[in-house]
Amino acid sequence: MFRSLTRLQRYYLIYTGGFLAFIGALAVLEQHGMPPRWVGYAFLIFTISMYAGIGIISRTSDVSEYYVAGRRVPAFFNGMATGADWMSAASFIGLAGTLYLSGFQGLAYVIGWTGGFVLVALLLAPYLRRCEQYTIPDFLGARYGGNAIRLVAVAAAILASFVYVVAQIYGVGVITSRFVSLQFEIGVFVGLAGILVCSFLGGMRAVTWTQVAQYLILIVAYITPVAILSYNVTGNPVPQLVYGEVLQKVSQLENRLFDAPAEKEVRQLFRERADTYAQKIMQLPQSLNHERELLSSQINQLKASDVQMRDIVALERQRRDLPHDPEQAKARWEAAMFSAVERSRQPAHHAEAFPGETKEERDTLRINFLALIFCLTVGTAALPHVLVRYYTTPTVHEARESVFWSLLFILLLYVTAPAYAVFAKYEVLSHLADIPIAKLPGWVTAWAKVGLVSIEDINLDGVLQLAELSLNPDVIVLATPEIAGMPYVVSGLVAAGGLAAALSTADGLLLTITSALSHDVYYRIIRPDASTQFRLVISKSMLLVVAVLAATVAAQKPGTILSMVAWAFSIAGSAFFPALVLGIFWQRATRAGALAGMLVGVSLSLYYILRVEFDSIPWLGVSGFRMEPWFNVQATSAGVFGVAAGFVTIIAVSLFTKPEPSTASFLERIRMSNRPSP
Amino acid sequence: MNRDPQAYWRKTRRLTFCLLFLWFCITFGSTWYAREINQVVIFGFPLGFYMAAQGGLVIFLLIIWWYNRCMKKIDREFGLEEE
Repeated sequence: MFRSLTRLQRYYLIYTGGFLAFIGALAVLEQHGMPPRWVGYAFLIFTISMYAGIGIISRTSDVSEYYVAGRRVPAFFNGMATGADWMSAASFIGLAGTLYLSGFQGLAYVIGWTGGFVLVALLLAPYLRRCEQYTIPDFLGARYGGNAIRLVAVAAAILASFVYVVAQIYGVGVITSRFVSLQFEIGVFVGLAGILVCSFLGGMRAVTWTQVAQYLILIVAYITPVAILSYNVTGNPVPQLVYGEVLQKVSQLENRLFDAPAEKEVRQLFRERADTYAQKIMQLPQSLNHERELLSSQINQLKASDVQMRDIVALERQRRDLPHDPEQAKARWEAAMFSAVERSRQPAHHAEAFPGETKEERDTLRINFLALIFCLTVGTAALPHVLVRYYTTPTVHEARESVFWSLLFILLLYVTAPAYAVFAKYEVLSHLADIPIAKLPGWVTAWAKVGLVSIEDINLDGVLQLAELSLNPDVIVLATPEIAGMPYVVSGLVAAGGLAAALSTADGLLLTITSALSHDVYYRIIRPDASTQFRLVISKSMLLVVAVLAATVAAQKPGTILSMVAWAFSIAGSAFFPALVLGIFWQRATRAGALAGMLVGVSLSLYYILRVEFDSIPWLGVSGFRMEPWFNVQATSAGVFGVAAGFVTIIAVSLFTKPEPSTASFLERIRMSNRPSP
Repeated sequence: MNRDPQAYWRKTRRLTFCLLFLWFCITFGSTWYAREINQVVIFGFPLGFYMAAQGGLVIFLLIIWWYNRCMKKIDREFGLEEE
């Protein structure tokens, strides 16, 4: 049987076996007293040196190898590479937590991020492969002609990819600092090294083969803890099959807990707190002065009496920590008010779709759920770093097949994530809720120290009510090994998996940005006569510059950039999707139409995001421009309007402009032939 | 063997749009009514939840599989298979 496999399959089988043996060896060593920190180091060093090894073996100085892996990647492996390319640190670490917190509402991500691949399969992959270009701007350039559209496409590709790559490198920093206790900034540069070792020497070819290796690690790492948890709870190690039964138990627990008198009391207390903050905000700036005076008088009173110095110091610190000016007070109190409002809400059942007290509330949730699915599917089908993977297969048929494999490999994770969330919820509801705070399990205190779990006994009864517990979404995946009482080696494995997810996505994104700059801008526009050798030199230096830039930005821990990642889907979707799909399926689409459509689509998305999300831009000196969202659609789903506007604009402008005569022969080639172009 | 490229494209297009319609119904139709179909229980899950968490995804995979199968057949019919 082993002999009937291809050489590549044998290599990766040996590799997987080696990795499993490595985990086994570490587990044995841990039993014999290897400290957890060393386990973390061992995983970090082993996996990164594996990736580096593959990167060095696949080094290349051939342009086609560098940009599209020589178009020799078999469908099966391209599917795996796409899986790793696609699943980012957010999918690996954040998704299960989001599903835990928002229940059914979080499934928009699951359905959106998988449904997009149907669009890729039916509308894009085979046609991109037939076109035989190197990048997505290249395809648009070939279809519509002219440099303007190429430049717009390059700008949109960079806009969507750069924030995304920063978030991946940030993810690497978070993982290394938590599991190996490296300093965050050092972790970021370890990540940078991990990315550069594979992409610098071998471009797409090296990235492809490391991504396959990374996929194997990340999927093993994702499924192992939840399989063990599932076995502990139900006696069946296949969580995807049995979590329906656990979901029913969760519902029963929810029924019992949600309306318990203590829970109601806690929610009432949070509601009162929110009201207090609302009042204080209304009465600014007097309320701030009043608070300061109150503290001062208390301090003076204490100083006059003979209490311990410690109490006075504590009060003085409290006074020092008061907001400095009304503006700061407003921001801080608003945050506190929103968090109190959040905790005072009646919790929803995990499986309940669109929970809400009134029909309007339910309809708003429903509309936003569908809008988010739309943006995520269209964005998935338009993100250049995913699409470019379908240039790398040997034939059109294999491009089609490889979308199937991609979705299959991606499904393995996305079908597991909801199960992960349900098992975690079961653990929390049955082992944390209604338990005396002094008797909570050890992992709660451990993660509370890092700030990912917080507990506030607001009704001072010494027992944990659900509303008193707040969890950061990341903690679900990061802490599951501890929740289920597994040895540290499983935690190390999870860290290695998260690292693989972040690095593989970063590799793909970085290569997309680099090839947009070096191939589309430099070679196609600035110097079409550049020698192959020189084109590669340019590519590699761009790669270095962009990578260092991204790592530097990530090292600043930019909060806003991380929330911008969700916008990448709307931006990519409205920039590329209408132009690509109409370019393939509608002969009448013209250059002017596509150009106008791309610009209008992206501008509308950006406009909507800006006006719904922000109220002022301090460094531009403008303020007070926040608007009411249209149809209650959130800023993350701005693409709904952007994509629609893009389609309408392309159709309208195309009908008013003359079609180019060269379109017919181009379309004939990408629609109807499977022969390589002359 | 049919060699008319236009006929090949017509067949491809028809297949694409049929499957796209099916995809649309699953992605947006069944999720729009998730609240209503949640009353039904399947494998221990409420149906609306199950469709969004598992059922829909499997149907997506089947759509792609079916598309590839049909395209392979159409390619053969028009002599466009690749070596």
